Amino acid sequence: MPDIAQSPPVLAPPTETRAKPRFDETILKYFTIASVFWAIAGMAVGVLIAFQMAFPQLNVEPYLTFGRLRPLHTSAVIFAFGGNILMATSYHVVQRTCRARLYSDFLSWFTFWGYQAFILMAGLGYVFGVTQGKEYAEPEWYADLWLTIVWVAYLVNFMGTLARRQEKHIYVANWFYLAFIVTVAILHLVNNVTVPFEIGSVHSYSAWAGVQSALIQWWYGHNAVGFFLTAGFLGIMYYYIPKQANRPVYSYRLSIIHFWALIFIYIWAGPHHLLYTSLPDWAQTLGMTFSIILWMPSWGGMINGMMTLSGAWHKLRDDPVLQFMIIALSFYGMATFEGPLMSIRAVNSLSHYTDWTIGHVHAGALGWVAFISFGAIYYLVPHLWKKAGMYSTKLISVHLWIGTIGIVLYITSMWVAGIMQGLMWRAYDEMGFLTYSFVETVQAMHPYYIIRAVGGVLFLLGVLIMTFNIWKTIKTPDAAENEALPASPAPLPEHA
Amino acid sequence: MLEKHAKLERNSIWLLIFTVIAVSIGGIIEIVPLFRMETTVEPVKGVRPYTPLELMGQQIYIREGCNTCHSQQIRPLRDEQQRYGHYSLAAESMYDHPFVWGSKRTGPDLARVGGKYSDEWHVAHLKNPRAVVPESIMPSYAFLADRPYGDWRIKRRLQTLAGLGVPYTKEMISEAANDYEAQANPDPIIDPTGLLERYGEKVAVRDFDGNPDEITEMDALIAYLQKLGTDVDFTTYNPDYVIKKQAKPAEKSK
Repeated sequence: MPDIAQSPPVLAPPTETRAKPRFDETILKYFTIASVFWAIAGMAVGVLIAFQMAFPQLNVEPYLTFGRLRPLHTSAVIFAFGGNILMATSYHVVQRTCRARLYSDFLSWFTFWGYQAFILMAGLGYVFGVTQGKEYAEPEWYADLWLTIVWVAYLVNFMGTLARRQEKHIYVANWFYLAFIVTVAILHLVNNVTVPFEIGSVHSYSAWAGVQSALIQWWYGHNAVGFFLTAGFLGIMYYYIPKQANRPVYSYRLSIIHFWALIFIYIWAGPHHLLYTSLPDWAQTLGMTFSIILWMPSWGGMINGMMTLSGAWHKLRDDPVLQFMIIALSFYGMATFEGPLMSIRAVNSLSHYTDWTIGHVHAGALGWVAFISFGAIYYLVPHLWKKAGMYSTKLISVHLWIGTIGIVLYITSMWVAGIMQGLMWRAYDEMGFLTYSFVETVQAMHPYYIIRAVGGVLFLLGVLIMTFNIWKTIKTPDAAENEALPASPAPLPEHA
Repeated sequence: MLEKHAKLERNSIWLLIFTVIAVSIGGIIEIVPLFRMETTVEPVKGVRPYTPLELMGQQIYIREGCNTCHSQQIRPLRDEQQRYGHYSLAAESMYDHPFVWGSKRTGPDLARVGGKYSDEWHVAHLKNPRAVVPESIMPSYAFLADRPYGDWRIKRRLQTLAGLGVPYTKEMISEAANDYEAQANPDPIIDPTGLLERYGEKVAVRDFDGNPDEITEMDALIAYLQKLGTDVDFTTYNPDYVIKKQAKPAEKSK
């Protein structure tokens, strides 16, 4: 191996004149810190809007009402927290498993600052009432255009790194990252075809109307879940769980089946958001059918991740980072069982429009997406800042349990609230009249909204503990602080 | 099979191409036919495009994120039809760019809220929801009544929508600014005859927010709410409507 000098970790883009270290790790630090920052911001807004639903006096018109803050919350946690951690981990994984530096330093920094700029553009827009009104696709045309440019840069940088790899095979985690990047690009482009009614106006009209608009939106919306929040984070699973457990992936064959089945089937499932609506029945039935089939590849992937620990289950006993990852997979399994269940027409007639859906989403978002991200962050921070480990393992455990209790409060309260809501809406008295007025069902939600908000507070508290832990880890005086370490790439996860 | 797959694993371009193919099939099969099948949106008598004032009201509805808590899609289930009225028809949202069906009912469905409450009720409710419904958890929107609302380049908006397929006539576009003001019945009154000729006799012409001195955001939003679900006359609506080529009432309606 050539002797490559590793520059000390300075927070500035490496200059072209100096010999480049083998891997670009500075960019990973930036993305990691950004994701933690946005996690706190997005979840804080989440807690606020959760309390607004219990105590409407907390709405401050015109800028801080639930209607304007809700997209701020969803975008901040999905695209800002989730997006930054996906970029951090994908740039990390692709460099390590290809044994190559990122394709272009310029593109790396462009994707970083460009993406943060997109987040600010979108978020500020919501508060000032600039929105397309489509869930998870709220940003208006100018932010959409900007994101398209950033995303293409991301794709080029990722593909370019794959192209210069020193390994013959492309590791499975990269397949998932690649599918995530390219599919999100397709979804974004098709769903956001809009015409600004005037150059210089922030507002535009969607090219799609009514039924077509609804299906395209939920084809987008569901696959934002499928490819942003699932495929991307499965990329995390396929690298960081084997690394943390120091075991190869359970089954190579299963990962091939998992990958192709998941990406092929996911894309069909969108219409389950539109059951019993004016969408034609054939499309509804297709969506429902594929949603149920989707259960298979989802659990296949979960099993592949969990069984990676076979022969190493004892590690789960005292490694809280591994515990994060395995609990994440358990929630993934639970949410991907619940999802197909809710896609069945008869179940959906009860669950749709209720808080059950909100509970389901958060089982996936808090349990799976956030927990697997925390696992990756706890792996990345000591690795990137060249420390022996996190500042406090005990605090990781505290974070784990406080977060888990938060999730359990959240999803159980929303199950009860949602099912109750659905049953109250359809309840008839013996005279054949509807038993409850709508507002009585609103009133009945009050205690559950409070429990949910408390769950959210606990979850946010866990993230703050993590932030403190990260801060202390970075500040730990370490040998690496003073002297340059030789680049010592950790052993690659073996190809099983 | 594993041997063949190994080829994909060694070539990033082929991996990319196969991925794109795999994720495109489902979308193409579900989405493309929706634009080509006549049965997707069955024409229904009475459905008309929004008037300029209603269109701006919809803009406020979207701006404030009303659709995050209110759906506009009644499902053909017994309790929903009893609570909200006839199930929603595809044609009723065919001029919504984009759709605002919503996905959550923190508040009730609004697909047929038009005409259910008086303008005064809406004003009082939007200004302070708990003054009218004590248990409500809706935010208050009193500021809407204080914001004068110009026509915001309404002509360009109608033109844009016409370009996207909404059947706005040349006259509707050229008279847009006038129609906008006429519907809110300002003081001094603007003759609404042309507006009613263009959009139909059912169009509500009145001072929605109780303040005839100026057109406010409140006027526009309430005009929009009062229009929702009122297009189709369900005493004569026949769900087994036969599609006839010449019958396109939606576009011919005046």
